Amino acid sequence: MADTTNTAHFNRARSAAENPVKRFFRATEIDTRLLGMVGAMLIIWIGFDFLSGGLFLTPRNLWNLSVQTASVAVMATGMVLVIVTRNIDLSVGSILGFVGMIMGVLQAELLPQVLGFNHPATWIITLLAGLSLGAAIGALHGMIIAFLNVPSFIVTLGGLLVWRGATWFVTSGRTVAPMDATFRLMGGGTEGSIGATASWIVGFLACLAIVASIINARKQRKRFGFPRRPVWAEYFLSGVGCALVLGAVAIVNSYPWPTNIARRYAEANGISWPEGGLFIAHGIAIPVLIAIVIGIVMTFIATRLRFGRYVFAIGGNPEAAELAGIKTRWVTVRIFALMGMLCAVAAAISTARLNAATNAQGELDELYTIAAAVIGGTSLAGGMGTIAGAMLGALVMQSLQSGMVLLGIDSPLQRIVVGVVLVTAVWLDTVYRARAK
Amino acid sequence: MSEQRTPLVEMKNISISFGGIHAVDNASVDLYPGEVVALLGHNGAGKSTLIKILSGAYRRDAGEILINGEPADIHNPRDAKKYGIETIYQTLAVADNVDAAANLYLGRELRTPWGTLDDVAMEAKAREVMGRLNPNFQRFKEPVKALSGGQRQSVAIARAILFNARILIMDEPTAALGPQETAQVGELIKQLKREGIGIFLISHDIHDVFDLADRVSVMKNGQVVGHARTEDVTKDEVLGMIIMGKVPPKAIPGPGAMQMA
Repeated sequence: MADTTNTAHFNRARSAAENPVKRFFRATEIDTRLLGMVGAMLIIWIGFDFLSGGLFLTPRNLWNLSVQTASVAVMATGMVLVIVTRNIDLSVGSILGFVGMIMGVLQAELLPQVLGFNHPATWIITLLAGLSLGAAIGALHGMIIAFLNVPSFIVTLGGLLVWRGATWFVTSGRTVAPMDATFRLMGGGTEGSIGATASWIVGFLACLAIVASIINARKQRKRFGFPRRPVWAEYFLSGVGCALVLGAVAIVNSYPWPTNIARRYAEANGISWPEGGLFIAHGIAIPVLIAIVIGIVMTFIATRLRFGRYVFAIGGNPEAAELAGIKTRWVTVRIFALMGMLCAVAAAISTARLNAATNAQGELDELYTIAAAVIGGTSLAGGMGTIAGAMLGALVMQSLQSGMVLLGIDSPLQRIVVGVVLVTAVWLDTVYRARAK
Repeated sequence: MSEQRTPLVEMKNISISFGGIHAVDNASVDLYPGEVVALLGHNGAGKSTLIKILSGAYRRDAGEILINGEPADIHNPRDAKKYGIETIYQTLAVADNVDAAANLYLGRELRTPWGTLDDVAMEAKAREVMGRLNPNFQRFKEPVKALSGGQRQSVAIARAILFNARILIMDEPTAALGPQETAQVGELIKQLKREGIGIFLISHDIHDVFDLADRVSVMKNGQVVGHARTEDVTKDEVLGMIIMGKVPPKAIPGPGAMQMA
């Protein structure tokens, strides 16, 4: 008891000496670094909107942006764990290509022979096969790294070449299309979105979850008499969280189906075509929903499970982790297997979106994935990084690219800009961290 | 007296070599409950290597380890912990980027019935243990990197005693500390000793050793020069053992003793 009162006194004494801004950040425990990233992204968004004459901040563009980000964002969540343990994975783009090609052949050529075309089980069989294959490839990389002591840079550089080559051999370079109708929903598009009502339901459930988790965390800390956040900070955080979620839902719900598709839908369902056109909202795209669920699951793994704790401990001090009795090698294998599985998810999203599996699918994605993780605050020195940061990093990268496309900037110049932004972002982060110390 | 009891730890004829160099050569040491045995010797004499065999960080090439008189199978740090052997390494071996509670429970996390980490319970226990060791310690939410040398040291010590260790290995526990913190560690060693824990103390500081240890074992070039009770020998005689391998009359010579020509 005496202890908690002491702490309270201590905290109060400290906060009285601080200015209101600092007190605000201490009370809400908001990560200022993440906030800075959100700020940078808003500047990029507003800048592009201004330059493109109001084309960027439209429901349509933001919805497309979310769909385009999904595949790299999924892989970036795994890349965080890889980089946190002081490894790197250069093979994710090639694994995406190879797994995507296998999934393409499976659903477009092999399964129809057995099950017939557009069988309802085709998509799930394909997806499960892809996930297993991705996990197996990742586990193979992980074992070579952990048990044969080959540096991950080399193993995955080899993987980059091997799996890209293997992709070609599957069909001798032929593009496989079209994909199964149900499978295609994972790629987004008009049909691959859940619609307005379901989006609102998802949004409200998310708000409930935010409030419940804040209440639960507070209860837990109260039970053991630890210092707690002030009540106003809890309300503030719940309010901001819910507002962001519902705002995002409102935006995707104000992007209507294109007129042609809506007209066809109306005809097929016997709805008379109204005067001003039929407004059917897209709602949240399925690939975005997949990416969000994966982000939540990966955050749970990284922060709430023993495996995640070990990942960060290994990144902080590999020797200490080993001496503490952690089976560091198996942790490495599991990280790479997980990374391979996430590549398979990304492969499903991108083949479904393209409605084809090609040779070049996922080329350069390894670099965008690594860049997303690094821009999102993952330290290449190991031990530091967040899933949310990496996903935000992916969104920043994609915003830059889409924005430049909107402005009609040539693709060589786009690459130059992305490269410069990457280096600048990491430099700014280094400066921030040096000052934070 | 002590001859009638079973030693807590007996390491018999231990050898290990790295690439043809005999880091430890036919070394034997023992430890009784409630006793502090200091291992002395130059850098590279083989003290740390010998002790890392006990803590499971290295695997011995030859020899035998007995715990309470029974042969013990120690292949890795997890095995050692099963026998109640806890180690505080010279390098502290803490994971810099996670907080104190996470470090205390590293490798032995408490979990909720759902299998998730029970951070709140771990923090509660960490606050209790750290409160006993270092009542001023309040920085439970910060990564260990942000702590001072003494605070990091108390985290490392807390981790070792948290799980009811019976055998504690302290490799240069005061190397990174100031005088006041060194005194604190000394107090702590005496307290643990009263609780019946056996402690292997590796140290360069001969004054520390004479303050805290009941016996000394001296190593040179991977071999044991000899053992002595601290009350039977002077500091100069022990220095003679360390530097020249010369064994004073009241000490028991080992295989590494200087050969009298």
